[in-house]
Amino acid sequence: MAEHDHKLIHAFGALAELGQEITNKNNFQETIRTSLHLISGAIGIMRGAVARYARFGHELNMLAVRGLGDDFPLSLMLTSEDERQFLTNGLSPIEISQAQALPFFQVHNVSFDKRRLELFVPLVVRDEIVGAIFLGEKATAEPYTKYEKEIICAMGQHIGVAISQRNLMAEIERHAEDNRRMFDEMRSTYHDTVKAFAAAIDCKDKYTEGHSVRVGKFSEIIAMELGWGKDEIEGAAVAGYLHDVGKLTVERKIINAPYRINAKESAELNKHPGVGYDILQPIHHPYTDVPLAAKYHHERLDGRGYPDGLYDREIPFIAKIVTLADSFDAMTTDRPYKARRPAKDVVDDLQKNSGVQFAPELVTAFLAGMLRELKGEDRTKRFRRLLGRDYMEAEGIVDKLKYTLNEMAPTTPMTYIAAAGIGDRSLH
Amino acid sequence: MITHSEPVTSAQPVTEKSVIRAGDYLNKLSGEQIEYECKRQLEAGCKELVVNFAETELVNSIGISILLGIIDAASSNGATVVFSDVNETTVELFEMLGLSKHVTIADSAPQLTKIWQNMIIS
Ligand SMILES: [Fe+2]
Ligand SMILES: [Fe+2]
Repeated sequence: MAEHDHKLIHAFGALAELGQEITNKNNFQETIRTSLHLISGAIGIMRGAVARYARFGHELNMLAVRGLGDDFPLSLMLTSEDERQFLTNGLSPIEISQAQALPFFQVHNVSFDKRRLELFVPLVVRDEIVGAIFLGEKATAEPYTKYEKEIICAMGQHIGVAISQRNLMAEIERHAEDNRRMFDEMRSTYHDTVKAFAAAIDCKDKYTEGHSVRVGKFSEIIAMELGWGKDEIEGAAVAGYLHDVGKLTVERKIINAPYRINAKESAELNKHPGVGYDILQPIHHPYTDVPLAAKYHHERLDGRGYPDGLYDREIPFIAKIVTLADSFDAMTTDRPYKARRPAKDVVDDLQKNSGVQFAPELVTAFLAGMLRELKGEDRTKRFRRLLGRDYMEAEGIVDKLKYTLNEMAPTTPMTYIAAAGIGDRSLH
Repeated sequence: MITHSEPVTSAQPVTEKSVIRAGDYLNKLSGEQIEYECKRQLEAGCKELVVNFAETELVNSIGISILLGIIDAASSNGATVVFSDVNETTVELFEMLGLSKHVTIADSAPQLTKIWQNMIIS
C-alpha cells in the first residue's frame, strides 16, 4: 500500500472516531480533549490547543492544551479586526506566517513563536465564530500538505459544531433557570394574594373570624390524607381559602346577623357561591378548579344543596372536599346563635351525613387523619392547632373515632375476617 | 496498567530507566494516565523511558497523540525514549507519522524482551 493511502486510512479512522465522540454526548471537556488528541494523532502533530470563543468577552479561552507549556496564554483577547478577518477567512487553516498579520497574534507573537506554532484555524460555524485551533509542528518536521489541511478542516467542522451545540445548550439551560425563578416568584405572589383575600373575607364576618383560613387548612389536610401530590394539596388549600369569596358582595348585616336569618336574607346569602364563581372564574388557578369549588361548596350528595341541587356524581371532587372542610369548621366553632358542638357529636354528625351531605371516602380519610394525630402517629399537630388541645383531647374521642371508622370503613384484620366468615357461610 | 523499573543493579537509581506498558489504555482518553506517569518519572530524573508494546495490537490516533506527548516531555527533560516489542504495522505507522524520528525502535528479540520482562513489576 502506498504511504499516502496508508496515511489517508489512518486519518479517516480518526475522523470517524471524532464523529462518534461528538455524537456520544459525553462530558464536553472530555470531548474537546479527545478531539485534540484525535487531530494530533491523525497527522502526527507535536503540540496544539483548542479554544472556545466567548462572544461577550471577545476572548478565546483554551479548553484543551497539549505540549504548549504552562506559560502559554489560556485566554486571548480578540479585536474587532480579528473577528472580521476570522469571518472572512471562514473555517480553514491559516499558515502562521499569514496569521502574524492578525492584531491578536502580534500581542502574543513571542509566545507563539517559542512554541513553534504552524497553523491557526478559526472555527466558524453558521457565520459565527465559536472557537479556534492552534497547531504546532509535525513530528516529521515537514510542512503541512494540502490533504492534511483538508483533514484538519473536516475535524475542525466537527469540533466547531460540538462547541456551537454546547453554547446553545447553555443558553437553553439559562432560559429554563430564568423561567423557573419567574415561576417561583409568581407562585409566591399568587399565594400571598390568596391569603390576603381570605383575610379580607374573614374580616367581613366578625363571628366567624378565621373561617376561610381554617377551611383552607382542613381542605389541605383532606387532600394530604388522600395521598395527593404537593401541587394538588396546595390547590385544595387555595380552594378552601377562597370558597366564600362571594360573601364580599353580601351585606355585612346579613353575614353578621346575631340570629337565624329570614328567607329573604337567606336568599341573598345563598348567592355567594355563584358570585364567588364569577369572581374567581377569570383568574387562572394553576393547580385545581378553584372557581368550581366556590360554586359548589354548598351542594349535597342527596341533591338538596344549592345553588344547582347537584347529585353526588355531578359535584366536582374538589367541591366535596371544601364542603366537608366548611361544615366541619361550622360545627367546631361558636356561632352567634349556636355554641360549638362537642367533638364526639361532630364525629357522629359526619358519620350520619356521610353519603347524604358528605362524600364517605372523604369523611373516613379526614377522621383517620385525626385518629392518627390523637394516637401520636402523626406529630404535626394539625388538628390540635386548629381546634385547641382541650377540644381535641376530650374524653372518649379516640374510641369514638375507632368505632366510627370501623363502622364506616371496615378494613382492620378483625373485621376483614368477620366479613370473610359471613361470605363463607353464605356460600354453603 | 503502569509499571516502572526495579533497579537493575544496586548502583542504579530507581528512576534512571523506566519501563511503561502501553497495553490497551493508550488508545483511550484514560491513556493520559500513562503520559502523566511518564512525566512523573522524567521529573524524578529518569533518563531512559522504555514503552513496551507487547500487549498492544493496534495504536490509534489517541494513542499516537499520547506517545507524542511522552516524546515531547522526554526531549524537554533530555531523556531518550525507546519503543519496544512493536509489531510491524505499528512500526510503519510510527515511521509514517514521524514518531520514529524521535525514538529508538528496539528490536523485539526474545532475549531483549526477557530482560525487560524481568524488570517489570505488574
Ligand atoms: Fe359558604
Ligand atoms: Fe364557608
